[in-house]
Amino acid sequence: MNPSNYVILSAVLFTIGAVGVLVRRNAIIVFMCVELMLNAANLAFVAFARMNGNLDGQVVAFFVMVVAASEVVVGLAIIVTIFRTRRSASIDEPNLLKY
Amino acid sequence: MNTFPWLTALGVLPLVGSIIVALLPKSRPSLAKQLALLIALATLGLTIAMALQFDGGSAEPFQFTESYSWIPAFGISYSVGVDGIGLVLVALAATLVPVVILAGWNDVEGDSSKGSGSVKGYFALILVLETLMIGVFSATDLFLFYVFFEAMLIPVYFMIGRFGGPQRAYAAVKFLLYSLVGGLLMLAALIGLYVVSANLTGTGTFDYLSLVGLDIDPMTQRLLFAGFFIAFAIKAPLWPFHTWLPDAAAQSKPGTAVLLIGVLDKVGTFGMIRYCLPIFPAASVWYAPVIIAMALIGIFYGAFVALSQQDMKRLFAYSSMSHFGFIALGIFVFTTIGESGSVVYMVAHGLSTAALFLTAGFLMQRRGGSSMLGDYSGVNKAAPVLAGFFLFAALSSLALPGLVSFVGEFMVLLGAFQRYMFVGALATLGIVITAAYVLRVYQKSMTGPLASGLEGMADLKGREIAALVPIALLTLVLGVFPAPILNVINPAVNQLMTTIGATDPPTTLTTSTSAEGTLQ
Amino acid sequence: MINAGAVVWAEGAPVLQEVMPATGVFSLIWLLIALPLFGAAVLLLGGRHTNKWGPYLGVLTVFGSAVIAVLMLLGLMARGAEERSIGQSLFTWVFAGRFEVNMAFQLDQLSLVFVLLITIVGTLIHIYSLGYMSHDPDKRKFFGYLNLFVGAMLLLVLANNYLLLYVGWEGVGLASYLLIGFWQIKPTAAAAAKKAFIINRVGDVGLSIAIMVIFVTFGSVTFSDVFGQAGSANEGTLTAIGLLLLLAAAGKSAQFPLQAWLLDAMEGPTPVSALIHAATMVTAGVYLIARSNAIYDRAVWAATAVVVVGLITIFMGAIIGSAKDDIKKSLAGSTMSQIGYMIMAVGLGPIGYVFAIFHLLTHGVFKAGLFLGAGSVMHGMKDQVNMRRYGALRAAMVVTFVTFMAGYLAIIGIPPFSGFWSKDEIIHAAFERSPIIGGLAILAAGITGFYMTRMVAMTFFGKARWEDDVHPHESPAVMTIPLIILAIGSTFLGMALLFWGNIETWLEPVVGFATAKSPISTTTTIALSLAFVIVGAVIGWISYARREVPIVAPRGSWLTRAARQDLYGDAVNESLVVRPSFLLSRVLIWFDSRVVDGIVNGSAAIVGGSSGRLRRYQSGFARSYALSMVGGAVFVLLALVLVRLS
Repeated sequence: MNPSNYVILSAVLFTIGAVGVLVRRNAIIVFMCVELMLNAANLAFVAFARMNGNLDGQVVAFFVMVVAASEVVVGLAIIVTIFRTRRSASIDEPNLLKY
Repeated sequence: MNTFPWLTALGVLPLVGSIIVALLPKSRPSLAKQLALLIALATLGLTIAMALQFDGGSAEPFQFTESYSWIPAFGISYSVGVDGIGLVLVALAATLVPVVILAGWNDVEGDSSKGSGSVKGYFALILVLETLMIGVFSATDLFLFYVFFEAMLIPVYFMIGRFGGPQRAYAAVKFLLYSLVGGLLMLAALIGLYVVSANLTGTGTFDYLSLVGLDIDPMTQRLLFAGFFIAFAIKAPLWPFHTWLPDAAAQSKPGTAVLLIGVLDKVGTFGMIRYCLPIFPAASVWYAPVIIAMALIGIFYGAFVALSQQDMKRLFAYSSMSHFGFIALGIFVFTTIGESGSVVYMVAHGLSTAALFLTAGFLMQRRGGSSMLGDYSGVNKAAPVLAGFFLFAALSSLALPGLVSFVGEFMVLLGAFQRYMFVGALATLGIVITAAYVLRVYQKSMTGPLASGLEGMADLKGREIAALVPIALLTLVLGVFPAPILNVINPAVNQLMTTIGATDPPTTLTTSTSAEGTLQ
Repeated sequence: MINAGAVVWAEGAPVLQEVMPATGVFSLIWLLIALPLFGAAVLLLGGRHTNKWGPYLGVLTVFGSAVIAVLMLLGLMARGAEERSIGQSLFTWVFAGRFEVNMAFQLDQLSLVFVLLITIVGTLIHIYSLGYMSHDPDKRKFFGYLNLFVGAMLLLVLANNYLLLYVGWEGVGLASYLLIGFWQIKPTAAAAAKKAFIINRVGDVGLSIAIMVIFVTFGSVTFSDVFGQAGSANEGTLTAIGLLLLLAAAGKSAQFPLQAWLLDAMEGPTPVSALIHAATMVTAGVYLIARSNAIYDRAVWAATAVVVVGLITIFMGAIIGSAKDDIKKSLAGSTMSQIGYMIMAVGLGPIGYVFAIFHLLTHGVFKAGLFLGAGSVMHGMKDQVNMRRYGALRAAMVVTFVTFMAGYLAIIGIPPFSGFWSKDEIIHAAFERSPIIGGLAILAAGITGFYMTRMVAMTFFGKARWEDDVHPHESPAVMTIPLIILAIGSTFLGMALLFWGNIETWLEPVVGFATAKSPISTTTTIALSLAFVIVGAVIGWISYARREVPIVAPRGSWLTRAARQDLYGDAVNESLVVRPSFLLSRVLIWFDSRVVDGIVNGSAAIVGGSSGRLRRYQSGFARSYALSMVGGAVFVLLALVLVRLS
């Protein structure tokens, strides 16, 4: 199978993720979209590794997975804390970090 | 040669001292002062011991050299050494620090307003500054020089910003920003110089002596020169980069002002003579007319602004600006007498500034810190000793013959006259305005009937006199017998003249037919 | 016309003397200067501990110098004429490149006469001051400053090069500044002191630049090197040097156009006026020009300028002296005028140098006597200086009166008093040069007769116009003895120097001497000048001794009013120099804070303002940040693609 299809798929997934981050308000969904973008990138890395015939892309993919896992831990914790104090998971509400 | 690491020892001593002073308990301020004074005096003693070992006739470009590799990947090393010019400036710094400590003994006492620092902090900062000043005058690696040059800002920023007058924050930030702008330009030029040296020799270096030997093409020279020069012109300060100085001087403690103007600003003129001229000789000649014009404007501009200035500290700052014009003039006329005179002038100006600011500081302390001329009158009646020192400082500032400032000023003017007759003659007119503004200050503050509120004003006490006497003595002795400094300055200047390939114009009588002295 | 006598100049020029090493008493040249300076240092630094004996130390140090000077005179007289120039070098003072100046002294016939004048008159005035200043709380400082002056003045005349001379030159200026402002609690005194210093600095600029030209031309500033090569320099350069030195001389000697400070300088104590502003310091300009004769002899136009400046000042001083009611200011005008004679005489070249110095010596003695006499009068009149408040004092102060009369007869030039011989020689030399100069000199002598008679008449004759609580009395012996000695000098010094001392042959090796044919004979000159003087004196006598002198000065003619205003010298300085300078100063202060600093603060304000606007974009909405991130990423991507494509 042509590896470039994987790249196209990865681009589509990335775009879906990016649009999701921009348009959705629920923090959980935004969060999932971020994960989607990360995994789209992973897919691209693996595809490039295949295309180039070396292992560099796969190694990076592992790194991304580790980062994604850490990010989930921290991010979910923050979301839960915000939800506890504000009784809402909308990301438009906590806008105190300005000016 | 002896192997004792003189310069490193000189630099480390005050640094260690400052750490100890800073670690002392806050409740014992007098111990901090005494220790600081002791360290400063020890440093002075070490400097004198070093200066006595200096060999004026040596053919080496630098003495007391040390060199250790620091960042070999970029050709950066910790190398220090002094020539005659560096030596007298190191000596100047080492002389003024104990004087300032002694004079500023009670300056930061009871200053418990918000945001101001502790007594020990002030003295620790002075000692740190001494280390950096010694470092900046003795670095022979440009990167090391740059590090010292920028690091000096830190203690001075705090000395102005935490221990100064009501507008101290403004003055400190202005000083910092001005200096940083200059510093960044210099950093860019420094990196450029490194790249050029890498291109020319294959291996990049920051070593001064290797850089002096480089044959850089004129266009590049001009660009790099500008980077260095603007940094130095801000530090010196030359017109029109001077407006930070009056604010900084007016807001800082007298002692800070002395170190700032007396020593720190000399880094600017020292940089011109040590780095701009030898590394970029062609660019120096190319820029010389512009710089001489700036110097001339500065001489008269500073003097005229000082003429009707009401605030004494600002007045002295502008007078310093005028004097820096003379120093820069001497440097950029490329005559032996001019260069030598400039260095003497730097020393003289350090001493006369110290005398002026400290005496004025003692005066202001007796009237709640007011520096307005209008608040003083007839002080001579109440405090004749103070008035006497003030007059001496004023005379030293107007370069009375017999004092060291005259030696410097006359040599600068003569050097300028030798190269450009009209420039020299024009600059000489400056001495009249100098006399006018200096004597105006004396007349307004010291003569006439005693101002109300000054009755029963105390004359100078032992500690204050002890701080002023060494300065006065040096001013007088070096004015009558300047050989001790000329003997070390002249060989360095001769070497500089050879390096930049300039020769003095011949006397018109002996060689009226042969060519004029050359610059290149 | 005025240059008619120029031909004689080259002939009279002296051959440069060989400088002998300093041996015997001459090895003490440095001590001449060091003694008074030592006294000054002890008195000024010693503080109150020296109050009691300090003034005596001050007198002793100057007296010590005077003794050494007399010994040196005897030593020089014992030597042959060609061995009378002695040099002593202490150490190298300033050096860099080809520039090398030694701390070195030169004692020759010219410096020695100055040294004698300074130390002997100086000693007398120091002694007089013991009495005059006895009640002053700052007496110690006064003697300290006087000693400083004597030391600096001796340095000025003993220096063997121009740069060291400059040190003395400004040193005496400093002493003069300190002493004019001695009673600095009076704002007028402090202002007068500052004015004197600043105007002198204008002259010093001339000296500074002259030294530079000299170095650039000759490669040395030592007298012997410069004068030895003067012949090979071109005339333009020599003229420039001459004019610059003239500017310096005009500053120090209160000559036109830098004359304005001398009248104000009378704010100082009277002994100061006698020593500094009459006998010694103000004659330094004459010394400078006479010393530089090798230059002026070869620069005709510079010498002519010297004559013109001298002539203008002779008349300015005489006119001012005729109108002032303040006895000291009247004497100051007279000093200006008499120094004008000397300056004019040195401008005449070898026919005049010797007589200028001759007149300088006699004037130094009789004018010191006159000033001290005026001081004695003031001492007895509760420091009153207005002559309209004097009158009929001859009976109350006999010694002062008699000694003052000796000075009076000397200054107006009645034979055989000393001023007659010296002034007459100058007038004669002026005729040798040109009848116009000679005629003007004689006319001025007539005015001298007028104003001096006016002064004597108003002070010692006529009716008493004293204020009520004033009881004139003779001064103590410590003051009258110097007066008597100076009066003896005023009477006999002229004859002594001319007939016994042979002043022409004494000075000739240094300054040169020549005579030229005069259009009128010596006898005619004497007769003419005596006639003018007597006419002037008679007019003065009739107007001020025979008639009642009003206590309030009458309005007077326009010339009198102008003279009372120092011929508007101050007004000119004020409107041409002082006010424009301060205006410029204020403009520059404005410019500095608004424009130069304005640009700096303006750029700071621009940065601050734009950052204030930019921070609005920090809205707090996480999704708008995300959008800008995406926008940025897309932008970078597009840019990359575009670069790739092109």
